[in-house]
Amino acid sequence: MKAFEYARAADPADAVARFRPGAMYLGGGTNLVDLMRLGVAEPGALVDVSRLPLGGVEPDGDGLRIGAAVRNSELAAHPLVRERYPVLARAVLAGASGQVRNMATVAGNLLQRTRCPYFQDVSKPCNKRQPGSGCPAIGGDHANLAVLGHSRACVATHPSDMAVALAALDARVHITGPGGDRVLAMPGLHRLPGDEPHRDTRLEPGELITAVALPAPPPGASHYRKVRERASFAFALVSIAAVLDVGADGTVADCRIALGGVAHVPWRAFHAEQALRGSRAGEDAFVRAAEAEMAEAVPLPRNAYKVPLARNLIVRTLLELAP
Amino acid sequence: MNRVEGHDKVTGRATYAAEYPVEGVAYCYPVQAEIARGRIAGVDASAALAMPGVLAVLSCEEPPELGADAEPELALFQRREVAYRGQIVAAVVADSYDDARAAARAVRVAYEPEAHDVMLRADHRGLYKPDKVNPDFPTDTEKGDVAAGLAGAQVTIDVTYTTPTMHNNPMEPHATLALWNGDGDLTLYDSSQGVSLGRDMIAQALGLPRERVRVVSRHVGGGFGSKGSPRPNSVLAALAARAAGRPVKVALTRQQMFDVTGYRTPTIQRIRVGADAAGRIAALEHEVAEQSSTLVEFAEQTATATRVMYAAPALRTAHRLVRLDTATPSIMRAPGGCPGMFALESAMDELAVAVGVDPVELRVRNDPDTEPDSGLPFSSRNLVACLREGAERFGWRDRDPAPGVRRRGRWLVGTGVASSTYPARRRPSQASAAVENGGFVVRIAAADIGTGSRTALTRIAADTLHVDPGLVRVELGDSDLPYAPVAGGSMGTASWGTAVTMACQDLLRDGKQGFADTTEAVNADAELARHAFGAQFAEVRVDADTGEVRVSRMLGVFAAGRIVDATLARSQFVGGMIMGIGMALMEQSVVDLEFGGFTNHDLAQYHLPVNADIEHVEAVWFDEADGELNPMGTKGIGEIGIVGTAAAVANAVYHATGRRVRDLPITPAKLL
Repeated sequence: MKAFEYARAADPADAVARFRPGAMYLGGGTNLVDLMRLGVAEPGALVDVSRLPLGGVEPDGDGLRIGAAVRNSELAAHPLVRERYPVLARAVLAGASGQVRNMATVAGNLLQRTRCPYFQDVSKPCNKRQPGSGCPAIGGDHANLAVLGHSRACVATHPSDMAVALAALDARVHITGPGGDRVLAMPGLHRLPGDEPHRDTRLEPGELITAVALPAPPPGASHYRKVRERASFAFALVSIAAVLDVGADGTVADCRIALGGVAHVPWRAFHAEQALRGSRAGEDAFVRAAEAEMAEAVPLPRNAYKVPLARNLIVRTLLELAP
Repeated sequence: MNRVEGHDKVTGRATYAAEYPVEGVAYCYPVQAEIARGRIAGVDASAALAMPGVLAVLSCEEPPELGADAEPELALFQRREVAYRGQIVAAVVADSYDDARAAARAVRVAYEPEAHDVMLRADHRGLYKPDKVNPDFPTDTEKGDVAAGLAGAQVTIDVTYTTPTMHNNPMEPHATLALWNGDGDLTLYDSSQGVSLGRDMIAQALGLPRERVRVVSRHVGGGFGSKGSPRPNSVLAALAARAAGRPVKVALTRQQMFDVTGYRTPTIQRIRVGADAAGRIAALEHEVAEQSSTLVEFAEQTATATRVMYAAPALRTAHRLVRLDTATPSIMRAPGGCPGMFALESAMDELAVAVGVDPVELRVRNDPDTEPDSGLPFSSRNLVACLREGAERFGWRDRDPAPGVRRRGRWLVGTGVASSTYPARRRPSQASAAVENGGFVVRIAAADIGTGSRTALTRIAADTLHVDPGLVRVELGDSDLPYAPVAGGSMGTASWGTAVTMACQDLLRDGKQGFADTTEAVNADAELARHAFGAQFAEVRVDADTGEVRVSRMLGVFAAGRIVDATLARSQFVGGMIMGIGMALMEQSVVDLEFGGFTNHDLAQYHLPVNADIEHVEAVWFDEADGELNPMGTKGIGEIGIVGTAAAVANAVYHATGRRVRDLPITPAKLL
């Protein structure tokens, strides 16, 4: 591990003031410390934000405000989250292991890096790690990489489960930074790779996530489902966060669908949602919606299975949520 | 019996190789090849040598002196040729682990790369017939007229199965602490499955008489074969300590283990079976293609179980090997039988379906009177009893053979069966026993790699001496103790136990001390077919939408001689079965075709079963009375649990879905 400076920030303003080019914020460290050991991340300085007063899960009008430093385990267990946003609790519990969730923070979960095997191996090229060096995943091991929204520069996926639920819930990410405070609405925190895959998010250098705000829970039933080779402690092949509200007349009043494991971002399935709204809830409509979303998919030779998998998962989840 | 060292382990007092505290210890970190084939043009260590704490850099620029006949994987820094990506081409010794690692990244290695070939293919032009397969089985066997048998059969099966590269992945990474004394004697604290062989091979690699080398491995956190013979870390630590003039520790990372500590070869296996309408086999052929490195020929004995299993008037087995630009494959739990029985036992299921005979009944119908290939009588063979007992306990009787018709909610449900077998052999060993301080001390250079062998030997000694096990202390894991073979081949307890029994008998005669060398006794063993057998039953459920497979329950019934200790035996059987579930559903090392080596070289990407994957796994056994084995009457139990398991799961997946997956692992992608 390369030597680095370490400083513990006293408050968010102090953290931002301590930020220098080449520095990184340290939350739970469950991803960053691994990447430092591998030589993938080589920050010159770490600004420890894990003990900032950014904890707490509190009611916020009709919604909820979640501090950026709240641990994943605390978030999933919180009564307000379990009662009002069960899809979020389920998503968080689907991620990692109990030990990792005890350490990982909300902001760190959002900002974790891809688990693409080439990104994590400094002896091989990777446009995300070393811009312009190439993407061997496209012609190589991409079995668990993106089928939607990828580019010729990068086919990485975002690995978070929590972020998929937050994307479905229209969460708003509160940010402070050298340029002041601002808010980014999920799924807009993350960005598609395009020609700049080294940029995972729309955050500017030195910006710090302080909280995630949830609007009032959407009406309807919700579910999070994660497909993986083993029953626990594995990243999603494909996952889904879905909320479905069917009116008394049997038509879809509202719906939210987000997919994990398919793109560089938690993928909000806007095409499927659009196809569903106002249509009669049932298998025909669900299949049409799923196919509308997956029509854009551009699978690679070894991850083509994700297209029927995502389609089946959308249909099955909606069928389970329909009254 | 509870493990005699259990308290030390759970309280952290059991010391593993990398943990021995040593004054003035330095650390060594390897530099690994970043090409899969080619030549090292030059190694520039100047930047690394200028870094803080750096004591020495080792590389082919100044080849350290080694023995003339060092095993090629252990002959570090002797050649400029690169045989595989990840091969150790240089190393840095420094005051701290972090300094060594940082400096290793600053070593500049210039390469002249050549085109590489890392992919096993059935039609590879480089396939050849090795002289033998591991450890000393004939490469090919043939009896009867297979072509005629297939041509005249009423039903034929001709199918090809593939298994991927798999890595052993013991919990404790390979590690070595090396100390030279002033007289040029070397002591290695090593993570080893066999200190006697380890001492001999390391001495040979270093060109030292073996009396000058001592290897100590008192506690080992698993090996699964990957610590059966020394890996490069052992020699590297010795060379680094010599270069630095200080004790040196080498502790490999998980990623480095994927590169340099061995793996199970991928296999491509073609099986042809000809049978009559009742499923009686007339001809059986098992052809295997597999790989080794360009450095060492290691040919896995994949088809050898087929020589043992079923009565076939015509029987042919064959192994072909290709030398690729990969690391050398090696032993992984149940070499040969594990991948080979996936193919054979899947093919038996396909035959059962083709002839419309229940798969348990099919196996019973083809049970041989003598070993099919050799014609030798069996010392004992209770496969049929295992199948019958398992069928009864598992509730097999009312099984509807129709595939893809049972549903439980979103799950398709199915059951499958497969046979297990593994050779029951023993090797020469020595042991001593003595009365000391009112108790008994048994000394033997055996290994306890977490299996409980120290406990089993304690019990064997106590039984022989007719004393309470609490009065017996077993010292093992030190090459200065009486010579013993490795913990491997399901031969550990049989080999060591023979020596311990005879040493204790000698002590009873002498009254003070005893010694045994079993070479003569072992060499006098009558020629017989000695094998353990078992039957495994699996129930799986397969998500109809996603292809996720979960194993709802598994039962293994084994006939493996006399069981020395029920607690230890159960953990070996169940552990093997769980590892087999991993092989069936998730384990695979993904070959990096562009760069060489493997892409998924950590435990986040290389999946092993976690607790949530294991729902109900049960192992039961018959106590066999077999007087042709050893004084204890035991057959090995460390490996048979993983043999056939993957086939039982795959056969259950077929029963659940109607889909026959012949290419492991059975991932959702293959069922969608």
